[in-house]
Amino acid sequence: MEKSWNNRAWFLVLPVLVLVAFSAVVPLMTVVNYAFQDTFGNNEFFWAGTEWFEQVLDSSRFWEAMARNLAFSAIILLIEVPLGILIALNMPKSGWGVPVCLVLMALPLLIPWNVVGTIWQVFGRSDIGLLGYTLNQLGVDYNYTRDTTDAWATVIVMDVWHWTSLVVLLCYAGLVSIPDAYYQAAKIDGASRWAVFRFIQLPKMNRVLLIAVLLRFMDSFMIYTEPFVVTGGGPGNATTFLSIDLVKMALGQFDLGPAAAMSLVYFLIILLLSWVFYTVMTNVGVERSNQSGGH
Amino acid sequence: MARIDLDHIRHSYMANPQKPADYALKEVHTSFEDGGAYALLGPSGCGKTTLLNIISGLLRASEGCLLFDGHDVNGLSTQERNIAQVFQFPVVYDTMTVYDNLAFPLRNRGLAEPDVDRRVREILEMIDLASWSKRKARGLTADQKQKISLGRGLVRADVNAILFDEPLTVIDPHMKWVLRSQLKQLHRRFGTTMVYVTHDQTEALTFAERVVVMFEGEVVQIGTPDELFERPRHTFVGYFIGSPGMNVLPIRLEGNRAQLGSQAIALPDAPATSSAKTELGIRPEYVRLGRAGMPARITKIEDIGRHRIVRLDLEGREIAAIAGEDEEIPAEPHVSFDPAGINLYADSWRLETGRIETARPMTGGGH
Repeated sequence: MEKSWNNRAWFLVLPVLVLVAFSAVVPLMTVVNYAFQDTFGNNEFFWAGTEWFEQVLDSSRFWEAMARNLAFSAIILLIEVPLGILIALNMPKSGWGVPVCLVLMALPLLIPWNVVGTIWQVFGRSDIGLLGYTLNQLGVDYNYTRDTTDAWATVIVMDVWHWTSLVVLLCYAGLVSIPDAYYQAAKIDGASRWAVFRFIQLPKMNRVLLIAVLLRFMDSFMIYTEPFVVTGGGPGNATTFLSIDLVKMALGQFDLGPAAAMSLVYFLIILLLSWVFYTVMTNVGVERSNQSGGH
Repeated sequence: MARIDLDHIRHSYMANPQKPADYALKEVHTSFEDGGAYALLGPSGCGKTTLLNIISGLLRASEGCLLFDGHDVNGLSTQERNIAQVFQFPVVYDTMTVYDNLAFPLRNRGLAEPDVDRRVREILEMIDLASWSKRKARGLTADQKQKISLGRGLVRADVNAILFDEPLTVIDPHMKWVLRSQLKQLHRRFGTTMVYVTHDQTEALTFAERVVVMFEGEVVQIGTPDELFERPRHTFVGYFIGSPGMNVLPIRLEGNRAQLGSQAIALPDAPATSSAKTELGIRPEYVRLGRAGMPARITKIEDIGRHRIVRLDLEGREIAAIAGEDEEIPAEPHVSFDPAGINLYADSWRLETGRIETARPMTGGGH
């Protein structure tokens, strides 16, 4: 049968192209526009070259916020991934406990981000908040508006409370897909609980863990709403992450040029790190099957 | 190595079984002799795997007692029972090498590394994967993975029994034959008690010394392949074993005659039964075609090489007969039943009559 070749099929992707253009490319281009030019209003633009980028990359303010972001993401991943796996391992596999657990786990994910922030903002207040007041009554000097450590602890605990569920649900999905025969074989082979985890459960969770780590990294690296509502970036600049700093710069100080340059740098960093994560984690799997290779 | 006694074992997957239909395993009361090779044969869902899992301790029987060499093992875990089991579908530890997969059960039990190495190499040789030993198990073919599973079942030398749950389902036919003969060899060499679950009669009959036939959660017959063929205790065994299966015809018993429709069949004996449902079973091998006997109509002849299967209509019932390749098949055939091959059934269970039993060794004689 003769196949006729033409390029008309490209028209099929046109709607998507238009949509993406308006939702992503055009706004992004505006940012690019601001990043390389200077403006004093009146729609007058002057070429600025790489001036804004140099300014951003030279400022200690940017690098400090970046360091905070990296530290925050690292801590979040180190807590949420093992904790998520642990909870998923202990969730029931059948019976009435399954829907109960799933609903309980899904609840935090359903709450809007600024509401989560407000909940913890009130919860942690030392004058009226249940948590803050109780802690202070117990003799713990806890005040997230004054103390850097307290502020960080609050933001981290809040994020763990909000997002560990996501890791749990993903891991749980991976776990329930393991056929019973694997556990039976492990019993026959006399495997310990640890060996079952190490050689059966963990390998089977490989893929979902990749997704979980990627999602949690990107989300935590872009975190804005919750810490903004709770601490507003304070005390001082202690919890000012890149996104909070960006908003301060763009809307607070109306420095559109540096803010645009920073946005682009921020965007590229997230893109780069996600790519690194993805390549590393998928390569671990590929290397293994290449070794076993076969045909 | 151990003798396994199943003492009135019943099992239900329900919490509160009431009627017999609630039981996946109705009642099994039998023994597997030390060093025996047994096949559990039956259709899917007849309770074979349930019985196997009860022996290995993956399941605990709802009722009854399980003994290894006379010791009650009901309360013991799978590990403590020291049983090897091979499952229907391959289970391999993906992240380990082929070698480590086989070494896993030994290392878990704290065997010294030189002993582990010796056993693993022996098994690798046997399952023909020696050249693959350093490869990761991930990415192997289903065939190879199942060989690893099989190998893990065979690698421990000191097990009480090895249980196989349809282990060769995913293996290609030629390899199936090779592995099955290796299993038999292994059994002869080490004399480990082996229980082999299958729904394939050829597999069961070639592997085992004694075949346990199960049907709807019950053991319907235990016997040598020969016994299962000649004297099926239950009509199911008749259908299930042999190809084609036994002809089972509804009859009316009148003294030493069996009334089949308008035809009367002389019986060597006058069996007594009060049962309403009586049947006559005769294997196609014992149906004779000729010019004398009951008139029948041929519906189909299947030539399967060494012999032919003749399908006939006898008194409105379809029956099968086996005819030799060169045997002449009359145009207007009459059939007769060789008395040696006649079995009578009441409510699907075989009527034990002394006459027929004694007739058994002398084919065609005894009347």
